[in-house]
Amino acid sequence: MTRWAFLALLSHWRRQPLQLVAMILGLALATGLWSAVQAINAEARASYAAAASRLGLSQGPTLTSPDGTIPSDTYVALRRAGWQLSPVLEGPIRLGGRTLRLVGVDVLSYPALPDSSALSGIAPLDVLTPPGRLFASRVTAEGFDGDPRLVLSQDVPAGVVLTDIGTAEALLDRPGALSRILVLPDQPMGLAPLADLAPQLSLSSPSATSDAAHLTDSFHLNLTAFGLLSFAVGLFIVHGTAGLVMEQRRPLFRTLRALGLPARHLTLLVLAELLTLALIAGLLGLVLGYLVAAALLPDVAATLRGLYGAPVEGGLTLRPLWVLSGLAMAVVGAGLAGARGIWALVRLPILASSGMALRSVASGLGARHLALAGLALILAGYLALRLMPGLTGGFVMLAGLLLGAALLLPLLVDACLQLCQRRAKGPVAQWVWADMRVQLPGLSLALMALLLALAANIGVGTMVSSFRLTFTGWLDQRLASELYVRAASDEQGAAIERWLASRADAVLPLRSAEITLAGQPGELYGVADHATYRQNWPLIASEPGVWDRVAAGEAALINEQLARRENLWPGDTVTIAPDWTLTVAGVYSDYGNPKGQVMVSIPALVAHHPEVPNRRFGIRVDPAKSEALARDLRQSFDLPEESIVDQAALKASSLAIFDKTFVVTGALNVLTLGVAGFAILTALLTLWTMRLPQVAPAWALGLTRAQLGRLELCRSLALAAITALLALPLGLALAWVLLNVINVAAFGWRLPMYLFPADWLRLFLLALIAGGLAAALPARRLHRLPPAHLLRIFANER
Amino acid sequence: MLLDVRSVTKTYPGAERPVLKDVSLSLDRSETLALTGESGSGKSTLLHLVGALDGFEAGEITLDGTSYSQLDEAGRAGLRRGAVALVFQQFNLIPALTVAQNLAFHARLGGAYDPDWTATLAQRLGLADLGSRYPEQLSGGQQQRVAIGRALALRPRLLLADEPTGNLDEATGDAVLDLMLDLVRDTGAALFLVTHSERIAARLDRRLHLGSGQVA
Ligand SMILES: Nc1ncnc2c1ncn2[C@@H]1O[C@H](COP(=O)(O)OP(=O)(O)OP(=O)(O)O)[C@@H](O)[C@H]1O
Ligand SMILES: [Mg+2]
Repeated sequence: MTRWAFLALLSHWRRQPLQLVAMILGLALATGLWSAVQAINAEARASYAAAASRLGLSQGPTLTSPDGTIPSDTYVALRRAGWQLSPVLEGPIRLGGRTLRLVGVDVLSYPALPDSSALSGIAPLDVLTPPGRLFASRVTAEGFDGDPRLVLSQDVPAGVVLTDIGTAEALLDRPGALSRILVLPDQPMGLAPLADLAPQLSLSSPSATSDAAHLTDSFHLNLTAFGLLSFAVGLFIVHGTAGLVMEQRRPLFRTLRALGLPARHLTLLVLAELLTLALIAGLLGLVLGYLVAAALLPDVAATLRGLYGAPVEGGLTLRPLWVLSGLAMAVVGAGLAGARGIWALVRLPILASSGMALRSVASGLGARHLALAGLALILAGYLALRLMPGLTGGFVMLAGLLLGAALLLPLLVDACLQLCQRRAKGPVAQWVWADMRVQLPGLSLALMALLLALAANIGVGTMVSSFRLTFTGWLDQRLASELYVRAASDEQGAAIERWLASRADAVLPLRSAEITLAGQPGELYGVADHATYRQNWPLIASEPGVWDRVAAGEAALINEQLARRENLWPGDTVTIAPDWTLTVAGVYSDYGNPKGQVMVSIPALVAHHPEVPNRRFGIRVDPAKSEALARDLRQSFDLPEESIVDQAALKASSLAIFDKTFVVTGALNVLTLGVAGFAILTALLTLWTMRLPQVAPAWALGLTRAQLGRLELCRSLALAAITALLALPLGLALAWVLLNVINVAAFGWRLPMYLFPADWLRLFLLALIAGGLAAALPARRLHRLPPAHLLRIFANER
Repeated sequence: MLLDVRSVTKTYPGAERPVLKDVSLSLDRSETLALTGESGSGKSTLLHLVGALDGFEAGEITLDGTSYSQLDEAGRAGLRRGAVALVFQQFNLIPALTVAQNLAFHARLGGAYDPDWTATLAQRLGLADLGSRYPEQLSGGQQQRVAIGRALALRPRLLLADEPTGNLDEATGDAVLDLMLDLVRDTGAALFLVTHSERIAARLDRRLHLGSGQVA
């Protein structure tokens, strides 16, 4: 009996191959999109985390020298004084035709060596004595994998070659030199302060490097948000397709029941079939997601590597977690969708009128109930944010907002259609609008998917674009000057300043001191009174005459982190030292910096901290002349290459790399929209059998099939357009939550929100294209439908 | 002469034998004609051809001087919007539109909408209070009256009806039919009605029988 019944169930697919394709493709697309985002995110995160934690690249306090090199004597002296340190020498090296970063470490004291598996089978002496060993990952080692010194280790970040410091000295030809010294976590008690032992060195806490970590986190958060949204879109699609399959086979189920198949038996059979389909489609989706991710990952990797210095390998490994989550998505999605159908199946009366009953009033109880539930969800999300501020509340709010808005959609669309219907003049227009209202319940799920896809696009797009603008602003803030120069000493600094006075448009001293702000480590910056700052400094709140007051030493500027943490805003006072309190005249954004920062005029800074070094300068100069000036400056003062940085070039390359992020988000945008378009197509195909009784009378009354086809297309376009219009406020709300709630909770700074109407227009057109493409097939079918087929609708013998 | 069907032959795609073979008939202005026949004899098919819903391979149909074989699809649609109106046994109302909108739809489509006449029709068909309902909220008899009203609102020269009372019980069917015949007489339209019922057929001016693809 089972076999026979199962075959009867499967026979449906032979008659409706298109539906099978739609079901499998829909599921596969949803799974694919979800797992692509997952894969990219997991991969980027994993390799970044591995690199950061295992190599200690951004770990712990580090001693550096202003001129870039620390003599090993200094290191020896500090060690003799009892400090637990680990020296590092690094520099560029040409290997296998590429420039890589050689990091030489003291293998005996370095806190974060590759794991032992790479080291096993290698005698310690081999590492320490010439020719030494070079540790690198497979990707890095591509060009020189024949090198006998090479040891493959996946723990070493891409682009980095790790070796013993002795080997590095020889390879870099810098004997007796160190690049930096790591200060190890456990130090004996009662040591003389580092500042006394080696005053020429500066101790930097990890904050400088963790800028990158913070910004990287932010980027991952974007991707996670995108992943969640694509998951939601996917769920809607899966739900739609699986629902369709259940709906269409109702008569078959009824017949089987009437022929004596027990309801339980039938339910199990349907479940088994659903599971099989979900698994097949899920696997297909994984392959799809893998391909998409593999295609996008190099760009993501380049983005992260270039932008934040976070190493990400371009390759992709199959992670069990995302394989599982992808399959789970397919199965859970199909199960959720099937549940409703199966519930209906269990309660299916054997003798019932055919499922062709149509609701003519879309704004029936259903839409209103959905809308109420939607409102409740949005409200619950808002309350969640009120009750539990922070990341959790933010995400709950986000979920409530999106789901709630999706549930509100049918009622809103119906209201729009009703309005259009009322304003419609001609009979055809009136019918088209009314007919859309009838179709709406069947299309709701697909439209919800489209809504979410569009809102995700607008939201994430706004966030990424705002992020980019912010980043540009941040670069401008930090890098307003054309050239930056770092002198080896205060004396040289003074000489450089004098030398530059006649050659540059302006020389802006960059002087700062480490201080304690509200009980936490903070920074005190001196700012020169110059148009560069007045024009570029990104103030997010200020009082009138802010720069004049700062220049006069009456007021200070503070960064956003400090402002938010201590709730200090213009008009409040900030205590810089026990005996020094200033009015806050302005607050500026300072992305990626976890520390509080105060800016005062240089005279004020020097008055309180006479010892602050004066070695770093920003140079304003005609960009066309900056290169020549840098060359002259290097020659005149015999400065090393890295002491002068051309910021214009740096800025341009940073932005170019950042733009790769747009390739990724752009590709994901198009993909989500494509998936949503596919959802509309499946929904339209589902409704197909119900469409004929709707359009056949209109045809009989004198509309041509070509007209009907065109109207079908217009209907889909109109629905897509209405959904797109409704998606705009939702997308902006989403962006607002991402920027103002999630980001603030996660990182302590608020990204300003910029609006990009041109993007909206592009998206609107894309939505129309998706809607148009989805309707193209049904419209064509309608156009080509033989009259005999339409006539059957009127035939009496049914 | 209003309608002239001359030697029409129709074969459905995929069928081996024609449904209609060399069928001829004619109908005068304001004349009422009943067509009876076995189930499957091709009554509906003939009605659909006359209603310019489908094409045929041989012969000619002329309505008021317009030859069907000369018309393309748009031309046939134009005919359906103006000269002929149809009443089917079922599935003939537009589910998305209210009763009032359904009543006016065909006439508005054909550009012959007359609000007074439509209101009169609604009144006489007993639909005046049902204007804002949707077809699914009506009984079978009510639906059929809407269909008749919709067709007559256009003031067609020829009204086609395919077993318009087949779905109704005898009493309701008779009442609907009476109304239809009254209204048809008032508008001066010709009526071409397909029916199984001898009783109904007997009430019209003329009757024809369709058997083995031929009229007799
Ligand atoms: N759209 C169609 N496509 C193919 N064959 C059709 C179509 N409509 C009718 N037929 C076939 O043509 C023949 C005549 O059908 P038709 O509907 O005209 O008969 P009828 O006289 O109206 O029957 P009934 O009294 O049952 O309504 C039948 O054999 C039918 O199967
Ligand atoms: Mg018939």
